Amino acid sequence: MQSGKGHRMISFDAVSKHYPNGTTAVDDLTLELPEGGLTVLVGSSGCGKTTTLRMINRMVEPSSGTVRVAGRDVRDSDAAELRRSIGYVIQQSGLFPHRTVLDNVATVPLLLGWGRQKSRSRAAELLERVGLDAGSAKRYPHQLSGGQQQRVGVARALAADPPVLLMDEPFGAVDPVVRTQLQDELLRLQRDLRKTVVFVTHDIDEAVRLGDRIAVFRTGGRLVQCAPPAQLLTRPADDFVAGFLGAERGLKLLSLTTLGEAAVPHTPASPVRTDEPVSGIRTDGGTRTDGGKETGPGTDGRWRIAVAPDGRPVGWLDTEALPTGGTAGDADLLPLRPLHDEDSLLAALDESLTSPARAVARVHGDGVLAGVTGRAALHERAALHHAAAAMEAEPAGDESHLDRQDSADTGARTAEAGA
Amino acid sequence: MTAIDWAWFPDHIGDMTTLTLDHLSIAVPAVLSGLVIALPLAVVAHRVRKLRGLILGASNVLFTVPSLAFFVLLLPVTGLTRGTAITGLTIYTLVVLIRNTVDGLDSVPAHAREASLAMGSRPLRTLLTVELPLALPVIMAGVRVATVMTISLVSVASYIGYGGLGQLFTDGFQRSYTTPVIAGVLLTLLLALLADAVLVAVQYLCTPWARHRTKGA
Repeated sequence: MQSGKGHRMISFDAVSKHYPNGTTAVDDLTLELPEGGLTVLVGSSGCGKTTTLRMINRMVEPSSGTVRVAGRDVRDSDAAELRRSIGYVIQQSGLFPHRTVLDNVATVPLLLGWGRQKSRSRAAELLERVGLDAGSAKRYPHQLSGGQQQRVGVARALAADPPVLLMDEPFGAVDPVVRTQLQDELLRLQRDLRKTVVFVTHDIDEAVRLGDRIAVFRTGGRLVQCAPPAQLLTRPADDFVAGFLGAERGLKLLSLTTLGEAAVPHTPASPVRTDEPVSGIRTDGGTRTDGGKETGPGTDGRWRIAVAPDGRPVGWLDTEALPTGGTAGDADLLPLRPLHDEDSLLAALDESLTSPARAVARVHGDGVLAGVTGRAALHERAALHHAAAAMEAEPAGDESHLDRQDSADTGARTAEAGA
Repeated sequence: MTAIDWAWFPDHIGDMTTLTLDHLSIAVPAVLSGLVIALPLAVVAHRVRKLRGLILGASNVLFTVPSLAFFVLLLPVTGLTRGTAITGLTIYTLVVLIRNTVDGLDSVPAHAREASLAMGSRPLRTLLTVELPLALPVIMAGVRVATVMTISLVSVASYIGYGGLGQLFTDGFQRSYTTPVIAGVLLTLLLALLADAVLVAVQYLCTPWARHRTKGA
């Protein structure tokens, strides 16, 4: 449980930020962020999360207290030099409209004196890394879509390979589909790079999706709780946190664990190939969703999974409403979402609710049908998982949500998943 | 009397060339020194809220002084020199140059300046490499107005003997002979148009990012 990467990369020691007009942006914050972890600062607007972020690279100076990066008081460093060693992605990408994408990304290497050629080749490498084609390098930011601009923003922040990456609501301005893609890519990048990431958002779903740890701030700049997502969801420190997490806490927890991690079993299915003539399809002996234990609608064999000749499931076939002739593929199939082991328990539960057979189709990595899992089995697994996560998360006592930070390591998420 | 004496033109090509160059040698330094003075003042006005009103107000007041009065006022200081003409015209460019530079700096997206500082650029570098380039279109609009205005104002300085093409006006008026006046007007107009075209070209070359205004592919 104790983290191997115990080093704290960023620490706040009794940090407050008051403004001359009397407002308090951050109130007596003590927080330690472990190296290589992705910590999400979350809270409603005006809760001090962005101010907290900006005190790390001295864009904001604290009124009192000490901020340290890699053990060193940030005030001991020259602000400009400090900032070159800290990647920063801001809202709306913050790209320079008058520089090409390539030159935008090369900004920090150039400041560091790498020279134009080396800076540009490094920039090109990063553009590729964030999934942009070489053709975009010579374009100007306004010629790119919002999602592409955000990728450039991330590439620019990573250009000089800084150990710390600050992200201030970087995906706030893009549509939900692109946001999900960008989140996935950030997680993928983070798996490779293991930067110490501080990510600000007001979107709790984004926080749960991305964070190794989530720090919840309350209006007035007070940190309420900082914990791994599973702990936050199962044991919120107080009503404020619980309220902020929303009524679907249990479902959010399920979104953190994959079918594979929760070892959700499946039973063999008896699919129908779409090129099979309907005359040969019997209406019995269809999909039994729970090894025969489960009875009732949906398990009576009425619904069977139609698979393409290559074995990939394509839809649910209603054997009681078969066309009079032709093949199974001619029938009116109901939609089916094949679930991989990498899909979350939540996705499976959702699919089980919409599936006419009250079961979900499980597939192998190559998309070929592996079997089915019934709704009841899924529920049971989800409940077990929830209980395990709650047990795993230690009770959050009075101050323990702050004391626990050392043990609340970035691996907690997977540790719980394996439970 | 009012008709244009076409024969005058071929005889005076040399004069017209000399006067045109003379005109430019007053107008160009005036606009350039106007820029040199306006840029730092505008940066200060942009940065320091308290000084903004003072700087913009002062440049406005200077603009309201009649041009002829300026030359008269400057005479005891700079004498009957080309410098007097240039100084007077420089002061006139300030109002439009300062105002446009301040507006240009105001128009720079806050996130661009913010990002530059957060990447580790120092404030001066941010000003030179991010803010001024992004303010360039608005600044250039001011430079174009100032240039055209200065080219037309140069003739006023013929009062002190340095009027460029304005000398043709004095010459024509004194002799009640319109041809040189018309030639002076036409040449001044041509010069203004030409200068404006050059500035448009310079701006085009300096702002490659503004050329691709269509989104995406």
